[in-house]
Amino acid sequence: MLADLAAALTLAALIAYAVLAGADFGGGIWDAFARGPRRDAQRDAIAHAMGPVWEANHVWLIFVVVLLFTCFPSAYAALGEGLFLPFHLVLLGIILRGAAFVFRAYSPRSIRRPGRPGRGARRWGAVFGAASVVTPVLLGMCLGAVSAGGLRVSGGHAVAADGAPWLRPLPLATGGFALAVCAYLAAVYLANETAGELREDFRRRALAAGTAVVAMSALMLPLLYLRAPHLWRGLLSARAAPVLAVGVAAALLSGWALWRRRPRLARAATVAQTACLLAGWGIAQHPFIIYPDVTIHAAAAPESTLRFVLWSTPFGMALLLPSLWWLFRVFKGPMMGLANEN
Amino acid sequence: METLTAARAQMEVSLAFHMVFAALGIGMPLLMTLAEALWLRTGRAHYRDLARKWAKATALTFAVGAVSGTALSFELGLLWPRFMAFAGGIIGPAFALEGYAFFLEAIFLGLYLYGWERLSPRAHLAAGAAVAASGVLSGVLVVAANAWMQEPAGFRILADRTVEASAWAPFLSPAWGQMALHSTLSCYIATAFAAAGVYALGMLRGRRDAYHRAGLTLALAVGTAAALLQPLSGHVSAQHVARNQPVKLAAAEAHFHTQRGAPILVGGIPDTEARTVRGAFRIPRLLSFLATDDFNAEVKGLDAVPRAEWPNVAVSHLAFDVMVGSAFAMIGMGLWFWLASGRRREPGRWLLRALVAGSPLGILALEAGWIVTEVGRQPWIVRGVMLTRDGVTPVSGVLATFFGFTVLYLVLGTALALLLRRLATGAPALPSPVAAPQVEAAHAR
Repeated sequence: MLADLAAALTLAALIAYAVLAGADFGGGIWDAFARGPRRDAQRDAIAHAMGPVWEANHVWLIFVVVLLFTCFPSAYAALGEGLFLPFHLVLLGIILRGAAFVFRAYSPRSIRRPGRPGRGARRWGAVFGAASVVTPVLLGMCLGAVSAGGLRVSGGHAVAADGAPWLRPLPLATGGFALAVCAYLAAVYLANETAGELREDFRRRALAAGTAVVAMSALMLPLLYLRAPHLWRGLLSARAAPVLAVGVAAALLSGWALWRRRPRLARAATVAQTACLLAGWGIAQHPFIIYPDVTIHAAAAPESTLRFVLWSTPFGMALLLPSLWWLFRVFKGPMMGLANEN
Repeated sequence: METLTAARAQMEVSLAFHMVFAALGIGMPLLMTLAEALWLRTGRAHYRDLARKWAKATALTFAVGAVSGTALSFELGLLWPRFMAFAGGIIGPAFALEGYAFFLEAIFLGLYLYGWERLSPRAHLAAGAAVAASGVLSGVLVVAANAWMQEPAGFRILADRTVEASAWAPFLSPAWGQMALHSTLSCYIATAFAAAGVYALGMLRGRRDAYHRAGLTLALAVGTAAALLQPLSGHVSAQHVARNQPVKLAAAEAHFHTQRGAPILVGGIPDTEARTVRGAFRIPRLLSFLATDDFNAEVKGLDAVPRAEWPNVAVSHLAFDVMVGSAFAMIGMGLWFWLASGRRREPGRWLLRALVAGSPLGILALEAGWIVTEVGRQPWIVRGVMLTRDGVTPVSGVLATFFGFTVLYLVLGTALALLLRRLATGAPALPSPVAAPQVEAAHAR
């Protein structure tokens, strides 16, 4: 029971990371694919939206990692062995993404063309965009590898299977799905935080990314059925199916709201969609952390540790949530729209 | 290179890199908040300019610190999975609480950096103070995990090799308090002397304006205060280590033979095979006195434990001397500045040159002190409980990731140094980017 609660907490932190930091990766994706006459304005809007919040959003990942190694130490050890290479690549992406974002912000503007980014800024911008595209794909692949059954664990050690478990079809599709979701989240949020033609730009991008999310889902369904019947059954089970159904409904609603130019509704629905899909995946995955060899209960830390983590959560959140609320109110509240219009 | 060596090397590179930014992340917010508090109190614009400039430096260094810290939390599992499988649940509570502190730091830093025009002056200052406070708290909590590795407590290994631990185990390590104090002071010293060097260089180049004088004075106020407290904290630490980790003290002092009335050896090259130190300056009986308050007390030497349990004596001793030497050099510079400013208004050219040359000493001392404590713990990853080689990953390929991360950190470190150099133009950071070029040109004259 305690272990299940700790696992639920970890999943909640993962959802917060996906909904918040996923959009920051998506911002980087749209930075890389900034096109058209308003290319620089798009990039400025993205940097403006990310600047105050991306570091706080990033901390949710540290929460996930700390919860994993505190509450499920042997599972964390097995993941460190089994996903040694992809995790290193994820780190490479995370480090380059964050460093390049601030380095670009503090690089000199062009001398010859006033107001345009200088050469250093353009280079760091390219690194920022590329790292923002690659990292969510890798994170999705790791998540897929944990679920798909290719990552085997014996005696606490990851077993070297034939071929890398994260390079199989289902993990690869999960990586693509993660990329599409990040791009969708970011475009929907940016359509909320911009105005005029810029808003139309991001609305069009959101519609394109939403189509990609649907396409990736359509690709994943047969893969799940054929390659991971355990997960397919889990997703259709009475526990997970209602959550997923809400997620699908929210996805349809967000698409409709985008189409009808109702960005606030689209944003709320997109958050619900992402949260429900991840929650449904987590429920379907239960009781496994790494399917099929590591369960939540077998990997759980001593009860005293779990109790400490669970009891410290309300106290920590009592400090954290009001601070977060203040941060988002100041930078994402109703004042922001005005700031962007001038 | 075998996996253990490569894994240690990758961890060393990652920590050595991250540590600089962790220290700046603790020190810079204090400086910027002090400057802003002085601006609100006195209304003198150069304090506001300093706060804005230091906020920019904080923004750059905090981001690099945050992502390199994330790398470390992964690397604990990637490089040391057997250690984490054993100890993750024990040291985890320290990291769990640290997570909240770090989260608050990131939130309030966002509010501070981007909130100059959106928050009231008081709210903005409060956000800065919250960054400074949560930065210290985060550092103190993460040190608890390291303290537990130095002096594990609050757990026992049962007959079936499972572990029964108190959730408060990392906070029960007797090493925590003195380590937390010593490392926090070292962060302030490293930041303050690094910043002082920037303003000393500006003044050497003729920019003797209120902005530079205030920057130098504020940095050296924090730096000198912390540097004067540090020998006291170091003495407490040394006595603690003498009692609880005698091998580490013996390695740091290159003290091979257990003896009464032990001398302090300054400098010299330890010869581990011959168990002697060549070319060291000896101060008789001082080690006994410093370690125990008694000139004739016995101090355990490395010969008290089997040769296989010795840390690398040459590295420990050299790092220890670098740390102590840098510390006293900084105390000297700090006192020199305050004596000079007590007599006349302007610091002289030789003092400024010394401050420029001494600018990296705080960071050097920080890194050296870390080497003393971590190399001195070897060959254990958890002292007396688990050997480092038993904690390492069985995965092959660590050599490649070690080289990859080394190149990555070299590139990022260089790029960041260039950007910080550009930030230290000698001109105050201006709120309006449009007005900046002309004013910078005016200052360059």
